[in-house]
Amino acid sequence: MDAAAAGRALGRRLPPAARVFGVRRPPLVLLGLGLVVGLAAALPALYLVFAVLDDARGALDAVLTGRTVGLITRSLGLAVAVTAAAIAIAVPLAWLTVRSDLPGRRVWATLLTLPLVIPSYIGAYLFVSALGPRGALAGLLGVERLPSIYGFTGAFLVLTLFTYPLVLIPLRGALQRMDPSLEEAARVMGRSPRDVFRSVVLPQLAPAIGAGGVLVALYVLSDFGAVSIMRFNSFTRDIYIAYESGFGRTEAAALGMVLVLVMLVLFAVYARVRAARALHRVTPGAQRPAQPVRLGGWRWPALAFCGAVAAIALVLPVGVLLYWATKQISSGLELGALATNGWHSLAAAAAAALAASLGAIVVALLSVRYPSVVTRIVERVGYAGYALPGIVVALALVFFTTRVALPLYQTLGVLVFALAIHYLPLAVSPIGASLLQVPPRLEEAARGLGRSPLAVLRTITTPLVASGVLGGGALVFLHALKELPATLLLAPIGFDTLATDVWHQTSFGFYEASAIPALLLLLIAAPPLYLLSARGSVAS
Amino acid sequence: MLLRRRRVALVAFTGLLAGLAACGSSEDENTLTMYSGRIAPILSPAVKQYETASGFDVKTRYGDSPALAATLTEEGKNSPADLFFAQDAGSLDAVEKQGLLLKLPADVLGRVPARFRSKAGAWVGVTGRSRVIAYGEDVKRSELPDSPLELTDEKWKGRVGWAPRNASLQGYITALRLVEGEDVAKRWLEGMVANDVQAFDSNIPVRDAIAKGEIELGLINHYYVAEAQAEDPDYPVKVHFPPKDLGSLVNTAGVAVLASSDDKEQALAFVRQMLSAQTQRYFADSSKEYPLVAGVQAPKELTPLADIPAPDIDLAKLGDLQGTLRLMRETGAL
Repeated sequence: MDAAAAGRALGRRLPPAARVFGVRRPPLVLLGLGLVVGLAAALPALYLVFAVLDDARGALDAVLTGRTVGLITRSLGLAVAVTAAAIAIAVPLAWLTVRSDLPGRRVWATLLTLPLVIPSYIGAYLFVSALGPRGALAGLLGVERLPSIYGFTGAFLVLTLFTYPLVLIPLRGALQRMDPSLEEAARVMGRSPRDVFRSVVLPQLAPAIGAGGVLVALYVLSDFGAVSIMRFNSFTRDIYIAYESGFGRTEAAALGMVLVLVMLVLFAVYARVRAARALHRVTPGAQRPAQPVRLGGWRWPALAFCGAVAAIALVLPVGVLLYWATKQISSGLELGALATNGWHSLAAAAAAALAASLGAIVVALLSVRYPSVVTRIVERVGYAGYALPGIVVALALVFFTTRVALPLYQTLGVLVFALAIHYLPLAVSPIGASLLQVPPRLEEAARGLGRSPLAVLRTITTPLVASGVLGGGALVFLHALKELPATLLLAPIGFDTLATDVWHQTSFGFYEASAIPALLLLLIAAPPLYLLSARGSVAS
Repeated sequence: MLLRRRRVALVAFTGLLAGLAACGSSEDENTLTMYSGRIAPILSPAVKQYETASGFDVKTRYGDSPALAATLTEEGKNSPADLFFAQDAGSLDAVEKQGLLLKLPADVLGRVPARFRSKAGAWVGVTGRSRVIAYGEDVKRSELPDSPLELTDEKWKGRVGWAPRNASLQGYITALRLVEGEDVAKRWLEGMVANDVQAFDSNIPVRDAIAKGEIELGLINHYYVAEAQAEDPDYPVKVHFPPKDLGSLVNTAGVAVLASSDDKEQALAFVRQMLSAQTQRYFADSSKEYPLVAGVQAPKELTPLADIPAPDIDLAKLGDLQGTLRLMRETGAL
């Protein structure tokens, strides 16, 4: 939904100024805030520009090789495969946990979202321990060795299982907000339930699926932990190799720029999916939840499906962690340190989630309500931080803070800021999707009755997109909990979190000792997820 | 519900701001700041020895050596760090090349043989670690090759693991290029890849894969096995020091003082402590590394440093990593 499309809808050609600044001018305060958020989110990309300009020739040499093309193709292949699989898993799970009378929907919804919190390098390691050539499963089956899961298979499996919640969360939100009257009308007119799902429900879910899918794809492109343990040569792994070789600042930056370009292309594709559509309810009145669909005999296969996903993505890794934890507990625990690290994780992640949600409301509002070239740039730049590996975001903050805000360097504030801009798109995308479902007429009516734009934002828009905001905030929170590179480089010295604790243990080869902080991460994440799953679910 | 959440978030945020203010004011006189690529369980007892001797406190930021080197590079002259303790010579070289390290005085450099310190004099090795062939229980001692170059033999197909991203393996390949020539190194890499060498993320997973029986041999550093044996005397992995073709090349972990440090004297005192007999003995005993200072006994289970053929190359030349990485990429090793 861009300015040109809006112009076509109005049946006339737009003057150039309207194409750039939009048909509807955003309030200046909102635009100002948007530019501030956009600039903050652009810092990692700006840093890459600085680093590349240091040695433009070397940067070009590093990028213009056949190897780059090969690696990008491999990474994109993995991203597409994982995204498709994540959507295929998330769509039925979302429908079952929101729209059906599946027993224990809230519990399922919580359990099935939790895999997101398992750091991908831990998850990958757990899978190698369980399903590797000489892993636990080989022992159980009594065979000498299993076929190797290293390479594409392993990376695909692990990333799919730990990222499908990125689609599940926005999708559940969208299903909860959907106007049931459309489906009811279609049913009354004699469409079969399957037909209704295909022709009425799915098109309304497209923005949420698209938004979640983009997040999965970007996650896969920027992931380092899973691909490195699964020994899959990806583009991001090459960026890390460039840093590890000690001289590779320019090369790493050049490769990072390529990643940003790939992201922009991905976005152009996504923008077509999200093309202008009226997705908000058609009838006036309060939001009304849909009647749950009775599963009847389908209840058992449905339960089996949820159970199977939970078993592989959650029970298996948690089982291995618990087994390690019992071994660890017998050799003593440092409860005090665990509690402190847990509190640090919680505080930093909560602050980052709050900051990112506030920024994301501004960005989403601009891009959905006041589409123009300017607002679109603000939105897309925001995604750069998410497409880039954590180490790039961290070094960007090191670069800028030591140059313009030295007294703040290595304080908690900068860490929270880094986490917020790194994960901003995680909040923008569900908020944007929920905003698409709110009729602008409501806002216009309030404006007509004399409310100021900010008052409309506070009293009308925000409450209506609350589930999107909470969903987005929760996504940022869950990611920030397990974030590693930025926390290692930017936190005040001695500010250990559960994630850095896990890292300390694993870098020493003590995978067993990492089990307890990893389990504590899951425990911290569970209550907010449970609360979130309760919101707006089918009336019971 | 939303309101309550907002209030909770507000309280949490205020708490954070208070915490932030507290963190900002903790800068204090008798404190050194160190960035360390070495992990806390190994380094912190050594740091304690310095703190006890000097009355100073050391605040340590732990991370991966290359990431910390990149951080120091981005910080430039504004770095809060006084010291950089790295796992490998490459990371120290990278910071030295940026001109960010203090040239160390001759009495400090002189404590360590020339091949374990920077030629330009801005960092000094603290401990040495030898390249080895680690092997599992399925391998007989008599089968073990005299040189890593023999691992391209058909009979080892698919049975060997390495960690191509690891600085020590890259250091070995650089040494091979310098001593045996570019051709030998290239043929070896091609042979290894053709022989289905199993690439792991780092040394520890290679060791663990040998223990599990996924692979039988691994090219790693000696002390990873020593650490595991210290935990479990029956650990099913042993080490072999290959006598030929630089097979047991010794790499170093070292320390440097930042030129921007506001307390260079104390930072140098820390370096001296690391090179003292007391701390050198600690490293030899706990992490089973080679002490580099004369007069301190190496762990007795290791091949004596003097018996390891020392190639006549200086570690500074190992800085030609770029050429090594290019070769590794060309041959598909990376």
